[in-house]
Amino acid sequence: MKKLSARRRHPLAALVVLLFALAVTGGLYAAFSPSEAKADDSSAQSLAIEEGKKLYAVGCATCHGTGGQGTSDGPSLVGVGSAAVDFQVGTGRMPAQQPGAQVPKKKKIYSDAEIEQLAAYIASLGAGPVTPTKSQYSPDGADVAKGGELFRTNCAQCHNFGGKGGALTNGKYAPALDGVSPKHLYEAMQTGPQNMPSFPDTVMPEKNKQDIIAYLDTVNSDKSKSPGGLELGGLGPVSEGLFGWIFGMGAMIVLTIWVAARTAKAKKS
Amino acid sequence: MSSHEISEAEEKLPEARGAESAVRPVDDPFADPGLPPHEHRKQDIDERAAKRSERTVALLFTVSMVATIAFIAAYVAIPVDRYIYVFPIGHISALNFALGVTLGIALFTIGAGAVHWARTLMSDEEIADERHPIEASPEVKSKVLEEFHTGAKESGFGRRKLARNTLFGALALVPLSGIVLLRDLGPLPGTKLRHTKWARGKRLMNYNTMQPLRPEDISVGSLTFAMPEGMSEDQHDFQTEIAKAALMLVRLQPENIKDKRELDWSHEGIVAFSKICTHVGCPINLYEQQTHHVLCPCHQSTFDLSDGGRVIFGPAGHALPQLRIRANDQGYLEAMGDFPEPVGPAYWERG
Amino acid sequence: MSTASDSGAQRRGKAPAGERVADWADGRLGVYSLAKANMRKIFPDHWSFMLGEVCLYSFIVIILTGVYLTLFFHPSMEEVTYHGPYVPMQGVKMSEAFASTLDISFEVRGGLLIRQIHHWAALVFLCGMFTHMMRVFFTGAFRKPREINWLFGFLLFFLGMMTGFTGYSLPDDLLSGTGLRFIEGVFLSIPVVGTYISMFVFGGEFPGMDLIPRLYPVHVLLLPGIMLGLLVAHLILVFYHKHTQYPGAGKTEKNVVGMPLLPVYMAKAGGFFFLVFGVIAVLSAVATINPVWTIGPYRPDQVSTGAQPDWYMGFAEGLVRVMPGWEITAWGHTLVLGVFIPIVLFPLVLFAIGLYPFIESWITGDKREHHILDRPRNAPTRTAFGVAWLTAYFIMLVGGGNDLWATHFQLSINAITWFVRIGFFVGPVVAFIVTKRICLGLQRRDKDKVLHGRETGIIKRLPHGEFIEVHEPLSQEQLHTLTQHDQPDPYEIGPAVDENGVKQKIKPSQKLRSKLSKGYYGEDNVIPKPTREEYHEITSGHGHH
Repeated sequence: MKKLSARRRHPLAALVVLLFALAVTGGLYAAFSPSEAKADDSSAQSLAIEEGKKLYAVGCATCHGTGGQGTSDGPSLVGVGSAAVDFQVGTGRMPAQQPGAQVPKKKKIYSDAEIEQLAAYIASLGAGPVTPTKSQYSPDGADVAKGGELFRTNCAQCHNFGGKGGALTNGKYAPALDGVSPKHLYEAMQTGPQNMPSFPDTVMPEKNKQDIIAYLDTVNSDKSKSPGGLELGGLGPVSEGLFGWIFGMGAMIVLTIWVAARTAKAKKS
Repeated sequence: MSSHEISEAEEKLPEARGAESAVRPVDDPFADPGLPPHEHRKQDIDERAAKRSERTVALLFTVSMVATIAFIAAYVAIPVDRYIYVFPIGHISALNFALGVTLGIALFTIGAGAVHWARTLMSDEEIADERHPIEASPEVKSKVLEEFHTGAKESGFGRRKLARNTLFGALALVPLSGIVLLRDLGPLPGTKLRHTKWARGKRLMNYNTMQPLRPEDISVGSLTFAMPEGMSEDQHDFQTEIAKAALMLVRLQPENIKDKRELDWSHEGIVAFSKICTHVGCPINLYEQQTHHVLCPCHQSTFDLSDGGRVIFGPAGHALPQLRIRANDQGYLEAMGDFPEPVGPAYWERG
Repeated sequence: MSTASDSGAQRRGKAPAGERVADWADGRLGVYSLAKANMRKIFPDHWSFMLGEVCLYSFIVIILTGVYLTLFFHPSMEEVTYHGPYVPMQGVKMSEAFASTLDISFEVRGGLLIRQIHHWAALVFLCGMFTHMMRVFFTGAFRKPREINWLFGFLLFFLGMMTGFTGYSLPDDLLSGTGLRFIEGVFLSIPVVGTYISMFVFGGEFPGMDLIPRLYPVHVLLLPGIMLGLLVAHLILVFYHKHTQYPGAGKTEKNVVGMPLLPVYMAKAGGFFFLVFGVIAVLSAVATINPVWTIGPYRPDQVSTGAQPDWYMGFAEGLVRVMPGWEITAWGHTLVLGVFIPIVLFPLVLFAIGLYPFIESWITGDKREHHILDRPRNAPTRTAFGVAWLTAYFIMLVGGGNDLWATHFQLSINAITWFVRIGFFVGPVVAFIVTKRICLGLQRRDKDKVLHGRETGIIKRLPHGEFIEVHEPLSQEQLHTLTQHDQPDPYEIGPAVDENGVKQKIKPSQKLRSKLSKGYYGEDNVIPKPTREEYHEITSGHGHH
């Protein structure tokens, strides 16, 4: 447990942050410059940062340090960007409950407004990936089949062909993607939370991400079709084998007992 | 059946061996009491119960007929692309569900009817049938052996050694033609497994966009897949070539690279490793960006990308091959040659 | 048959039409003699005797549905672009084999059902064979005269696995392609000739264009053909040997007690076919299997986590997964032990049980015919060996699914792998010892029951205040059942010096055999069954009678 924290403290963590910062400074600048034009917008922004700072001091500073510089219990947040905050806090992963191989998803603790304020504060520490807008992550009009190909190339190795998740080393895992909102999917690809690698726009353009989100929406959502019947977890032959043994062979054994058993006698001694 | 004749012949034989005799001392408390007396079922003594059973059987057969008609109706009426929601199964193909259930019922009720008939209406009196030893009697055995010897003698198989041995020789040689014919199943291995499509100056093409990659595209913590310039899905040998040429790119901080050669072969911390596992060739790309480990989803071989692709867990026997890369004049990443060693699973001639 | 009777006019005085047809056939095929021996053949009633029928019938279901699938499946690796109705695949490049599998699933009416029946029936077939084999093993039904039939059955199981694996490979989806890639690695690991075998099988480098067209006849013709032959031989031998039976009143080594083939077993067994088929059809209506449309077409550079074979190959997968990565390179050559050892172990593990009947009969020197089944407790060493084998098998099955165990039980995949590595060696030993103790305990309990009767749970208070539990004496039938088994003496080498003073040479194999035989019948491995004297002494003392 301590080991993981130590790894987060790894000198690399700061460099990751630095590179992110370099890579998206331009984009961030573009995103922020129009808002600077209006005075009250910028004051609203600074207000949000102020609020976010207060929230941060209460909920996050213990692990990530008072200025977001990181401690032995949590990585530095300088330059991780608002997208990372929105993903981590929005999926309930942060604040983390307890140390472990991996921080699991849980019920989120902060309200949407609070998450925005936190994100604004973290973004103010150093430029990083920005929370995507609806037009960025919306799967409308995306190419589902292309998304499938991209998913199988980039994602299925960890998340399974249908997004049902899978194991990584030493107790870590790639979570199932059932019910993950398009926004969070987008942010995860963009920022690479925990041990997941990132897929920045430079190598996986926005359009590709939309295709992937559209594919997941088709094969891994409440309304996904499973023509053949029960999906059995969508895990492949292991769950099929288990089902075959329990229900297939189980039914057969019940039948053999019925077929071979004696019919009740008129009087039984 | 020949077995029948044998068993009939044996019927007349004296008891040779087998179980202890059924006749036991009278005071034996463990003696076999013999088959228990047959007890009647309700259906055997009560005709009304028997009638009820018959009606049940008939009902089952009738259900089967109805189900078959329903099967045909479903086949005709339900379009193949219609989906329905069935709790708790989910959104499923209406046709598959309807056909499967009706077919299942049609078959199951035939079986259930037949079994119920057998269980309730056919005699359930147990009958004992005798067994006979399978081995032949000594007389039969000696007769057969005698005949065999006569036959063998008449053939001269033992005496005419020249004829016999040449026959063996001929029979041993003739299958060779069959083996020789298999030669054209495939080409000889040669050095095919040593080479991939990578070569000096080939740019690294991004899988997702099929655009050449630049160093600045690849950030620390990201994972990118690349294939050699000039390959495309439409090519006839694409599958065979990508099976060897698939490449993964990650960027590390140069000071985190523990292996000297790996650092030399990287470009600004960007390292390019074969995506094909050295165990049995699965694409290995479960990259953990914080630990720099890649895990193979097939057999869990784990490699450390910050240490020359060394194996740190699992059944793989050697490190992942690394491709030497650099940025060319236009700022694109390119290979500086083919992989120095064969990619993928090890083999005898690999060395 | 009866249709033939329509041709002849029904004249009075002539035999009924059916009989005349039978006469006709008898004159050419000898059907009466055949029927005499078999029509009223006796089959004992026991649910575990129907397990083989589960296999037989699921095999027939597989053949029927398989023939249907061949009408639509294209065994070709030519690349095509999909334009069918399944939207998430439209425009995707795939092999013709995969495309035709999608067509069967989405365009052929009922095609999906038949595909699922085919695959579910295959799983049930293998489950059935496994269970059947275990039943035969633990009851000692494989003993003389049935060793050859055991071997036939074992070969059917083995070929069933192979046929299943080739079938798994045919649709050319991402999982099956991954499986074939593994097979390539296996071929390559074979010393000296590995690369040649691989090139010849794949028609060049992996994956090439030849493999699926080559696997296809193997899957639909060669392997099922051999299996059909073995199956027929298996059934003929079952008929010829007559069925074994469990010990009980009236059941001896010289008889077989049960119901006649005509009519009872004709109806029961015939009906059972429909029951099996019906259950598999319903299974295929409610549960999907191998959803190739989500798995996707095979590309050698793509993979999904949770890449596993069907369950019957799971233990082989486990062997491969937990093997350490040993590789020896010397003099310019590489010995890929990390792959080669598990692949050699895979048949060895299976043959350990496949050849067991011959090993046991050599150890025990038992040359008698056996038609009364053993109660597993009365053969503790065999039972313990069987459980040990099952333990090893199951632990490897866990190893084969280590990633899913990890995610579903929140464990570390590395820890599971280590558990399996150690468990494969330790587990069977522990299972062996524990099972043997349990068997001996049960033998003791049987002895106790015979001598003291059944515990009724009724507590009686005697006049002087003592409480005793009332034991009910067993019926004659139960007494017989609990004491009918043999308890032979272990194999003795014989005196080292014979009566003429000549020293006998004792071969090491004899020593081994004597030692092993003691493991079966030696003092510590058997609880002597109650004798008549013991029984009389105790029963008369208690005055129960």
